[in-house]
Amino acid sequence: MDAQLGAKVREIAALASGAKLSRLQWIGIAVAIAVGLIVPLLVSDYRTFQFTLVLVYAMAVLGLNILTGFNGQFSLGHSAFFAIGAYTAAIMMDHWEIAYYWTLPAAGVVCLIAGFLFGLPALRLEGLYLALATFALSIATPPLLKYDHLSEWTGGVQGVVITKPDAPFGLQISQDNWLYYFTFVVLLVLYFCAWNLLRGRTGRALKAIRDNPIAAQAMGINTALYKSLTFGVSALYTGVAGALGAIAIQFVAPDSFTFFLSVAILVGMVIGGIGSIPGSIFGGIVIVFVPNVAEQISKAAPWAVYGTLLILCMYFMPLGIWGFIRMGYARLTRRRKAD
Amino acid sequence: MSSILEVRDVSVNFGGIVALDGVSFDVPRGGILGLIGPNGAGKTTLFNCLSRLYVPSSGDILFDGKSILSTSPYRMARLGIGRTFQNLALFSRLTVLDNVKVGAHCSSHTDFLSNALRLPWVKRDERRMEDKAWALLEYLELTDVAHLPTAGLPFGTQKRVELARALAADPKLLLLDEPAGGLNHEEVEELGKLFRKIRDDRQLTVLLVEHHMSLVMAISEQVVVLNFGRKIAEGTPAQVRADPEVVHAYLGTKH
Ligand SMILES: Nc1ncnc2c1ncn2[C@@H]1O[C@H](COP(=O)(O)OP(=O)(O)OP(=O)(O)O)[C@@H](O)[C@H]1O
Ligand SMILES: [Mg+2]
Repeated sequence: MDAQLGAKVREIAALASGAKLSRLQWIGIAVAIAVGLIVPLLVSDYRTFQFTLVLVYAMAVLGLNILTGFNGQFSLGHSAFFAIGAYTAAIMMDHWEIAYYWTLPAAGVVCLIAGFLFGLPALRLEGLYLALATFALSIATPPLLKYDHLSEWTGGVQGVVITKPDAPFGLQISQDNWLYYFTFVVLLVLYFCAWNLLRGRTGRALKAIRDNPIAAQAMGINTALYKSLTFGVSALYTGVAGALGAIAIQFVAPDSFTFFLSVAILVGMVIGGIGSIPGSIFGGIVIVFVPNVAEQISKAAPWAVYGTLLILCMYFMPLGIWGFIRMGYARLTRRRKAD
Repeated sequence: MSSILEVRDVSVNFGGIVALDGVSFDVPRGGILGLIGPNGAGKTTLFNCLSRLYVPSSGDILFDGKSILSTSPYRMARLGIGRTFQNLALFSRLTVLDNVKVGAHCSSHTDFLSNALRLPWVKRDERRMEDKAWALLEYLELTDVAHLPTAGLPFGTQKRVELARALAADPKLLLLDEPAGGLNHEEVEELGKLFRKIRDDRQLTVLLVEHHMSLVMAISEQVVVLNFGRKIAEGTPAQVRADPEVVHAYLGTKH
């Protein structure tokens, strides 16, 4: 009996810390995967393309979330890592005619290194100063990509055009559907790895650094190494997203990677839910569809509508969409218990 | 080698303030040493030197016979020096269980990649930490709050979580900075018994900073007294209590 009670207490604690998933959470994941698999069968190729972009941005948002939500480091520079990933893919496919799927690990490794190297000097910066340094990174990116001496590779202002891959193995599905499913699988793998990373020893260390860096160090965490590595991992996620985005859009150009992209990823993270893995998916949806909705509401002043929508979101869902869902569920079950 | 820690002529300056001024003492292995002194005497500063957060301007600190002054702060836990903080320094959004598990961080070496893939040895390591953390939670009667984030817990409970977290690293030397702060008389007495028990069960050395004189005098074998950054007395509790300078500087003003 005592052992049984102990097991129960352990189970509750494991669920509370996110080390384990409840039955309900597993069901939620299964439903989400099923919906994800069915969606392209129900909608037009153009919509499928849009949903591919949702997955792409969901990856980028997760990347930023690992850095900001779980490790407490700010970044307004993720457009730079997105660009590095996109150009890595474009250059590999255009110059060396390497197959698109090889560009993902390459973009990931390049961004891991770039992020780690950027993270090293950024160790000295905190809060607003780090925001400023990453802002500098993001505004420096488009001019660098346009730079004459690099234009042999980057295509200068014109950018690089790439061809959309066909479905392999003679599968009778459209290019858009194929790319969607391909991105979907990459997303599942990356989300699974992120969950593993965050629920174990490394994840606890990241969160400990966020909550109290001095105590984290006193507990034996090499905070400098962990923070730089987290920058690298965050950049890796965003870079793979950039590579997939480039393949889906079939085109990269400097002005696709302005500071505004960094802000869009940040907005996706905040509205989706800071420090939440499932919230990052909602972040992707927000990035792709909120501007669309805004434009449908008002062709004349879409950004005014966009701004208003953001304010409303923050007002009604201060913890983001995922926080809103969690709180709603908690309230429901409490009422059911009270009855 | 009977001293686990040797503090040799350590001085610390902050701008014009001399927080520690040539302080020397030894901490015998397996003992409980009380470090007392009025507010601002330099007790926490000394702890911060021992966890390498502050750098002494002169002097040396030997742990297990070796100088620690060129060791990185994050290596101190693995070396065997654990601590609690005067003003709680918990990971406020993590659960009590996770806080204790972070305490055991230094007891293993797993990297980002093997964690992301959750390779078999990571799983095994997680299970080990899980068992270790639960054993400590039981030991310190914290199982009921294991699943709660530490932010909302009562002060005394948070102090105990800090203690559990520090013990999770299996320290050889445990630095306790005012562990009884905010507790009532009975709780303080309980805590004294607990520290003795911990010392005996786990065979570690305790360096205790505390303003509750009754606690310090009851459980310490040795007491070192600081005032304005200088050591003004050292000896058994009885000797220190009878020392006129201590009475004047500290006990005299308190009672
Ligand atoms: N980081 C710092 N910067 C400047 N001065 C400091 C710093 N840390 C401590 N001091 C000063 O050093 C002196 C000793 O402080 P310390 O915190 O070590 O005292 P304490 O003995 O722990 O006191 P208390 O019993 O109040 O905790 C004080 O005058 C304090 O103001
Ligand atoms: Mg102090």
